[in-house]
Amino acid sequence: METLLYLVFGLTALIGAVLVIVNRNPVYSALSLVLTMFAVSALYVLQQAYFVAAVQLVVYAGAIVVLFLFVIMLLNLGESDNLPVASGARRFLGAILGVTFAGIVGAVVWEYASTARIAAGPASDVDHTKQLARVLFQNYLLPFEVVSLVLLAALVGIIVLIRTGGSGGDASEADHV
Amino acid sequence: MSSFALCLAVSAALFTLGVVGVMVKRNAIVVFMCIELMLNAANLAFVTFSRQHGGMDGQIFVFFVMAIAAAEVAIGLAIIVTVFKNRASINVDDVTMLRR
Repeated sequence: METLLYLVFGLTALIGAVLVIVNRNPVYSALSLVLTMFAVSALYVLQQAYFVAAVQLVVYAGAIVVLFLFVIMLLNLGESDNLPVASGARRFLGAILGVTFAGIVGAVVWEYASTARIAAGPASDVDHTKQLARVLFQNYLLPFEVVSLVLLAALVGIIVLIRTGGSGGDASEADHV
Repeated sequence: MSSFALCLAVSAALFTLGVVGVMVKRNAIVVFMCIELMLNAANLAFVTFSRQHGGMDGQIFVFFVMAIAAAEVAIGLAIIVTVFKNRASINVDDVTMLRR
């Protein structure tokens, strides 16, 4: 039963990923990305990573994909924007690279998965979120704070980029006069 | 086939699809989505190995990857908006030079 669930959600994730690439309309690509995110989140739940699953839904499906959709609609890149299809040579190259890469990664995974011993996971009656918080705020407190600095730097960078990078910005105008 | 091997296979396939997308697509926004696919594949591998080893450290790394992914997407989309303002195009082949 559980293996069936793994199969269903794994296949859903892969179908979503294929749809992201195949769709011509970026809005559909973003919605397919949501499908993949949900399926991966379900895989997290199956592996008892409940808090990670919740954060995956909130951050990816809730924030990042909405940001994508916002930019697509801000720039009006719906059906009307028809980029030329990639040339045949480029598709061929992409296919060859993809197959090669899949072969390499698949070989490594197969090698590891067939030799790995199956260790017993944490007992299922332990409160996983509490355990996670202990590890995060005791062993990884400094990286946690550094990540908040990274986010702040990203915020400042975005504001600078948007204010001065466009053709209407002061700095850009001064450069080109 | 154990659930462990299944999750690793899904992770590998997701990463490969992300790589192929970055190679083949020309729409900068879709290229970004494919990068998100690759990050998700890495996260799935982290959680799978974390479960396998019975520790929590893999899940901590997933949080850091998510935070970096959020920052990366925000900055990347800001760059795309700026490029679109300057060139009225988000075809990655049009942006081969840093100057106008």
